[in-house]
Order: sequence, then structure tokens, then C-alpha cells
Amino acid sequence: MSDATASQPAPFPAAGNITDAEREELRRHGILLTSLEELYNWGRSNSIWPLQFGLACCAIEMIAAATARFDIARFGAEIFRPSPRQADLMIVSGTVTKKMAPQVVRLWNQMPEPKYCIAMGACAISGGPFKQGYNVLKGIDRFIPVDIYIPGCPPRPEALLHGLMKLQEQIKAERLSGPAQARHTRPEHESEFPVPEYGAHDLVPPKNPDVWEPPSAPPHA
Amino acid sequence: MQSHPYAFLALFLAVAIAFPLIMLGVAALWVKFYQAPKPGPRKNATYECGLAPSGDSWIQFKAHYYLYAILFLIFDVEVLFLLPFAVAFTGLSTGALAAMLVFILLLAEGLVWAWHRGYLEWK
Repeated sequence: MSDATASQPAPFPAAGNITDAEREELRRHGILLTSLEELYNWGRSNSIWPLQFGLACCAIEMIAAATARFDIARFGAEIFRPSPRQADLMIVSGTVTKKMAPQVVRLWNQMPEPKYCIAMGACAISGGPFKQGYNVLKGIDRFIPVDIYIPGCPPRPEALLHGLMKLQEQIKAERLSGPAQARHTRPEHESEFPVPEYGAHDLVPPKNPDVWEPPSAPPHA
Repeated sequence: MQSHPYAFLALFLAVAIAFPLIMLGVAALWVKFYQAPKPGPRKNATYECGLAPSGDSWIQFKAHYYLYAILFLIFDVEVLFLLPFAVAFTGLSTGALAAMLVFILLLAEGLVWAWHRGYLEWK
């Protein structure tokens, strides 16, 4: 709101030549200006329905976030759906074992666009304390695109709510056209993600190269 | 002007039909202009809690539960009708009495059948 200046292009095409300061002034006088894009993002950022599943102890914190003390309903995200067809958000809450990873990726495939993914906790991000082990996937972002990473072991419910607010900000920043166009509205965006198989030694394939590449070694000074 | 007392039902019906049609229309326009559908074999696969789906989702369902449906009708639904029947018993016309008797006898026949087949025995 405050960082927009006259030299920058208008962030909302439908709002035309009006600056954010002018919009704010109009709003103070009871006149609301909006665009289709804003209305669309406002609606879906305040009704994010998560998929109802939990993988490990992070799920307990996720459940706590849904109860009265933390009350995820304040953000419109309390409707945990038991079917991926009705869900917008996948909260990967906990350790993804290699045996579980194909199921998680398959569920991600079965969710309709627009869909978002939160990797909750150290295990979902990188394997966490089991990273050196043989049976835990070292980060769900090897197979599906993760929008929000929430560190912690496990993260407290407030951290999950913070992540949810960040996701809401991200959704509100998405555009229907231009460089910031939302990925689900791009015709070329791939909506199918290969489901790995639980092989003899590792997942086959061990990663989705379209989504994740191993980090290269940092350049030595 | 005196409108028909049930005219509002016609209004309800019109709104009930128009509302979903408008919603579906808006969704169709959205698909046309902004978000093209991207179906695929993995996305459209049968949902089985994340496991690999096996077989078709259009399966034949065993009809063996018809027995419980019949017994439920006899012991539960019949009571629902027997109570108002008993309350209004003295003031019933012959036609209503006959209709009710047909209903009770039909269900009683089902009870006799189930009893005869031994379905009332707890096994």
C-alpha cells in the first residue's frame, strides 16, 4: 500500500490510473474500488481448505491450530476436507517416509488447481532428524512444489498460522496476467507430477527434476 | 390485489433454479477466459486415500443388505405411522382405515416372512 509511487505501473490493471493512496482515501470515504483479480484473490485467500491428513507429530500441532485456543477458523481455513477433490492446500505435516511419499504425491496430483503446499516442520522440509537415515524422504519439495516452508520440530500452532498468513499474502499477490501471473492460470503450467515408486533401495525416481535439483556446492572465496 | 397464498413457492423455485445456473455460468466463463482445465490420468485417477487405485470405481454392490432395509421398515418406519394412526383411530373414515390396514398388513407380511426364514434369530 505505502510503497507504491506514481512512477511504478499500477498494480491492478482494472483500477486504471488511480494510485493506492487515492484508493485508500476513497475507502476512507466509504467508496470501495476493486478489480476482478482482487475480488478473486480476496475470496480464495480467505477460504483455503486444507486436506485432512497428518503424517507425524507436526499433525498434532496442526490439530491444535484447528482447536479453539488457536482457532484457524479466524483465517477461513478450518474446513479440513477428507477428499483431495475439495481441498486447496496440502499441509505436509510431519515425516514423509519413503513408503508414504508415493501416496502424498498421488494425493497432490488429485487436488484440483489452484492448489498450494505447506511443508510443515523440519522433516517435511529436509528430512529433519532422520535426514541421515535410510527410510525418510529428505524433503517433500523433491516431488511437489512447496509454497511455504515452516521450520520447527515441531512448529507451534502460531507458526502454522504465520505460514498460513504468508500463504494468504502470496495468493493475494497473484495476478491473472503479466509476469506475476498465477501458475494455475498459465496454460503451459504442468499439473501432473510423476508419482514415485517404492523401489528396492530408494524411491524411483528419487526426485522430480522439474521441481527440485540438488543444490550445487557454494563457490569458494 | 390478492396474490395466491402459495405464490412465493413459485418465486422460491425460480431463485432455486436461477442461483446454481448463475454460479455454473460464472464458473464456465472463468474456465473460458482464465483457467483452462488440465485433466490427466493421475489427476483423474480414482481416489483411494492416496493408494494406487485398483479396478474400476463403478463396482457391483452386494444387495444382501436388503434384509436390514426390510426389518428397518418394519420396526422403525412403521412405528412412525402407527402412532398418528392410533391417535386418530376413532375419527378415521373407512377409506383411511382400509389404506392403513393395507400398509400394516404389507409390513406384517414382511415380518412373518423374516420370522419364518429365521432372520430374527441372533447369530
